[in-house]
Amino acid sequence: MMESIGIKYIWLVPLAPLVAFILISLLFKRFKMLSAVTAIVSMAISFILSLDILRLVLTNHEITMNNPIEIAVPWIDINGLFIEAGALIDPLTAGMLFVVTFISLLVTIYSVGYMHDDPGFSRFFSYLGLFVFSMLGLVIANNYFQMFFFWELVGLCSYLLIGFYYYKNSAADANKKAFITNRVADFGFMLGIIILFVNFDTFNFGKLAEAINASSDLALITLAGILVFVGPIGKSGQFPLHVWLPDAMEGPTPVSALIHAATMVAAGVYLLARGFILFASSTTTITFIAYLGGFTALFAATIAVTQRDFKRILAFSTLSQLGYMVMAIGIGSLTAGMFHLTTHAFFKALMFLCAGSVIHALHKQDIFEMGGVFKEMKITGTCMVIGGLAIAGIPPFAGFWSKDEILLTAKANGFTLLYIMASITAFLTAFYMFRLIFLAFFGEKRSDFHAHESPLTMTIPLIILAVFSIFGGFIGAPFVEHGYASYVYFGEPHHPTPDLMVMVSSTLVAVAGIFLAWLIYIKKAISAEKIATQFAPIYKFLYNKWYIDEIYAWFFNKIVLGISNVFNWCDRYIVDGIAHSIAWIIRTSGYKGRYLHTGSLQTYGLVIFTAVVVITLFLAGPVVGGVQ
Amino acid sequence: MSFPILSSILLAPVLGVLVILFIPEKEDKIIKIVSAIATGITVILSLIAYFAYDQSVGGLQFVEHIPWIEKLGVAYGLGVDGISLPLVLLTAIVIFAGVFASWGLEERVKEFFIFLLALVAGVFGVFLTTDLFFFYLFFEVAVIPMYILIGVWGSTNKEYAAMKLTLYLLVGSAFALIAIIAVYLYTGLGTFDILTLTKQTYDVGFQKFAFFLLMIGFGFLVPMWPLHTWSPDGHVAAPTAVSMLHAGVLMKLGGYGLVRAGIFMFPEGAKFWAPVIAGLCIVNVVYGAMVAMAQKDLKFVIGYSSVSHMGYVLLGVAALNTLSISGAVAQMFAHGIMTALFFALVGNIYNKAHTRMIADFGGLAHQMPRVAVGFVIAGLASLGLPGLVNFVAEYSIFVGAFRVYPALAVLAVSGIVITATYVLRVVQKVFYGPRNPRWDDLEDAKGVEMVPIVILCAVLLFLGFFPSLLMDMINNGVDPFVIDYLSTLEIGGMF
Repeated sequence: MMESIGIKYIWLVPLAPLVAFILISLLFKRFKMLSAVTAIVSMAISFILSLDILRLVLTNHEITMNNPIEIAVPWIDINGLFIEAGALIDPLTAGMLFVVTFISLLVTIYSVGYMHDDPGFSRFFSYLGLFVFSMLGLVIANNYFQMFFFWELVGLCSYLLIGFYYYKNSAADANKKAFITNRVADFGFMLGIIILFVNFDTFNFGKLAEAINASSDLALITLAGILVFVGPIGKSGQFPLHVWLPDAMEGPTPVSALIHAATMVAAGVYLLARGFILFASSTTTITFIAYLGGFTALFAATIAVTQRDFKRILAFSTLSQLGYMVMAIGIGSLTAGMFHLTTHAFFKALMFLCAGSVIHALHKQDIFEMGGVFKEMKITGTCMVIGGLAIAGIPPFAGFWSKDEILLTAKANGFTLLYIMASITAFLTAFYMFRLIFLAFFGEKRSDFHAHESPLTMTIPLIILAVFSIFGGFIGAPFVEHGYASYVYFGEPHHPTPDLMVMVSSTLVAVAGIFLAWLIYIKKAISAEKIATQFAPIYKFLYNKWYIDEIYAWFFNKIVLGISNVFNWCDRYIVDGIAHSIAWIIRTSGYKGRYLHTGSLQTYGLVIFTAVVVITLFLAGPVVGGVQ
Repeated sequence: MSFPILSSILLAPVLGVLVILFIPEKEDKIIKIVSAIATGITVILSLIAYFAYDQSVGGLQFVEHIPWIEKLGVAYGLGVDGISLPLVLLTAIVIFAGVFASWGLEERVKEFFIFLLALVAGVFGVFLTTDLFFFYLFFEVAVIPMYILIGVWGSTNKEYAAMKLTLYLLVGSAFALIAIIAVYLYTGLGTFDILTLTKQTYDVGFQKFAFFLLMIGFGFLVPMWPLHTWSPDGHVAAPTAVSMLHAGVLMKLGGYGLVRAGIFMFPEGAKFWAPVIAGLCIVNVVYGAMVAMAQKDLKFVIGYSSVSHMGYVLLGVAALNTLSISGAVAQMFAHGIMTALFFALVGNIYNKAHTRMIADFGGLAHQMPRVAVGFVIAGLASLGLPGLVNFVAEYSIFVGAFRVYPALAVLAVSGIVITATYVLRVVQKVFYGPRNPRWDDLEDAKGVEMVPIVILCAVLLFLGFFPSLLMDMINNGVDPFVIDYLSTLEIGGMF
């Protein structure tokens, strides 16, 4: 029935990049090009196999969301714990596999140019291999445990890659922050799946779905659902655990594109889709998810409006877009969430790679020090504009269709407040994105730099991604029959009726945002400085990212380290103090002085031994019922 | 009788001692090579025993039994099962790595290796013996060389630390000895054979009494809060190989004794006292980790992290189910390897830099990239990252404990966040950051120094991805006892 090399060699999909990681880190470290080629070949293998799986899923209509292929072997099988290593193939997996392997391959190729002069060239490619392995292991997982396993491993890769420039203090701060923030989230995630396992005796997605359906314990399902959702709050940068993602931009830019925009951070959304039933079974959980996502979308957009750093603006935009996806899941549409994940992966990877191209050429990241770059970097500039139009939601670019699906669902399912918040976010998105584009690429040069177009290894991936950012949305456009919604869905395929009003209003909102950016930064009809000074408190509040980092820093430095020092003091002076006092009492209790300083271990031992025997027998006497 | 493989494991280090006795003091190299060979033999033999053990049969295997003091029923009995075998293997791996970690030692080499090998023979004995009397005897054999090794070859307040460690351990073993004698007298069977004693049924009152003594006695060894302060001091003062052996293996004697002699013999007593252990072990986990965060000396960080991690072992023991106890044994193995790796690396740095203060370092990854990689791997194992064996062990404990003490289990899981915080802070402060010219003449680990790093990292990673090799064995050992003695118990739990 399933003639597919992709299925037959499914294990190779994650393992090929792992092999690349091992080969590069152990053997090829000294050979730059060999390292790069090994990484590219391994990703190409994963990509081709994933393409074949996608082909199979698209053509074979027996494989559906409700009827996946599952392959698994036991990983641990002991009394009380059964864990599988498995692969679950359905349209959701196939789509995600395609996105991850496709972008990984492009980013790896791009990196050959971008990392060209870096002394850590080989190390970079080995980490990329490890990352892709972990990410793909996560995507194909057929159970929560495996998901968690690789979830933490992608976190490790993120840690290693953010700290790639380990000699920079800022990078060393950022990667620690990323790991610990995610650890806090994983603490919840881990508890969630332990609760599921303890109550249902399985980690398997399919079996859990049945068990959850059959369960009447709503409190349990809610608790487990919310705890598991804490994982995505960290990984997908939802408020209030979003703080690590902007700092993660300390890593090399291709990493920002691949890991911190297109794939890893979207893993949280993927988890929400994969475990949808757990969340959807509790109104509390799903509503919480919806509003937290909607809030994050708006919250991050307000910050992005004020930032100056090219990559940081993109990072906040990623947070905001992830908020959209999480919200989409929360309002009940797995389809919309995953669709937006897919288009976002294309255009956000595109924009980050454009950022890399610009930074590579200019060695600057502050958009206020750029200007007029378009003239010297036509390909990069054009690609960036395409990305901007896509994320702003201008038809027919990719982002329009997926964002439309989210807005449509929000309206259709009666989430009016979220619909309004999402529309405001759309306006802000268009505004800050074109603020960035106008400031960096157009207008006059604002500082001294020499821009030049990047080499082909960098521009070709840009062009490919640009094509996907233009046309990628058609897979889910309402006029396409058998589109995205007929493959990736929950329960039954569901086509929301297209609503012209939603489409028109969202387009108008986006155009308004772009127009405002044009007025301020090109036409200079309105002065940004004037607005900033007029609304100084608000501006400062936004510019400082709502002071959330400061709150955390205070909490850690004052509370956590404070407790740590108190405990340390307690250990030295109370616990040890008591021990020393006991020793002193024993030493001075009735022995002749000359025995005190013999320094003979045996004497001391004997004293203590005798004392202990006597004391214990005395104390234990009443308890000892049995000793005759 | 077939080849006495267990006696050979026990005698290999003893033989090493005898050979070294006849080597002239100045032949440093040869002494070290002999030690490496002697311990290498134990690794090979333990591996053979590990893979030759028939899990379908289970129980004690490779049994050797020679009556010794027949009047008292003391016998030289050796045998291993799924619980002791991983720990025997752990001991062999750690001491083998430890010999290589001491390769640079120059001071009184001959005596050092004699005591080290004597110490390890004692440790092997504890895990191998099937006789309670020998269990105690071997433990004492291990403690005395430890005192000398720390007192002579140690650093940082070594006399104080050595004395403190020895006294604590002696006091602990005194409690255990009382329990052993009490059991002997109570049963009146005239035997110290652990299996025979385990099969007896004991009066509930006696069980409570005996388990209490063992809990305190082995609690000193594990170490259970607040009986723990000897261990960070001892770790810090001890020379590298002794720290490795001590934190890696010796602390496990407590956990092993608690399982083997404690809960298997006195299930009712265990049930009575388990909530106390559960409560205290959370203090171990959380408090230990918080104290580790405040430390300024690298070795103290690791010392307190051991206190914290051994709390997980106690939690697994206290939850009294197959999974949690299996997790506890696995955690002993995993922690042993991980902490030995930590000490080997810190020892490497200390030998060259002559300081262990975290604040003195920074950017050390420039000068010592291999040490940095090893340290990061050890750190990741410590914070329970999947892909390293510690994760599997901790996860088993969490799941097992959650069924019994949900509230405490949540606190225990929170330990993974605190651990991540202090481990990554140390990694950042020592290895990351700009190059510090002060350390430019530090040499990275190379040649023989790489042996312990590579072996220990490889074990952590290999078993991290293929944990069933370890978990099946342990579960095989734990399961029969828990079914026999504990399944009838209902544990109320504290919370």
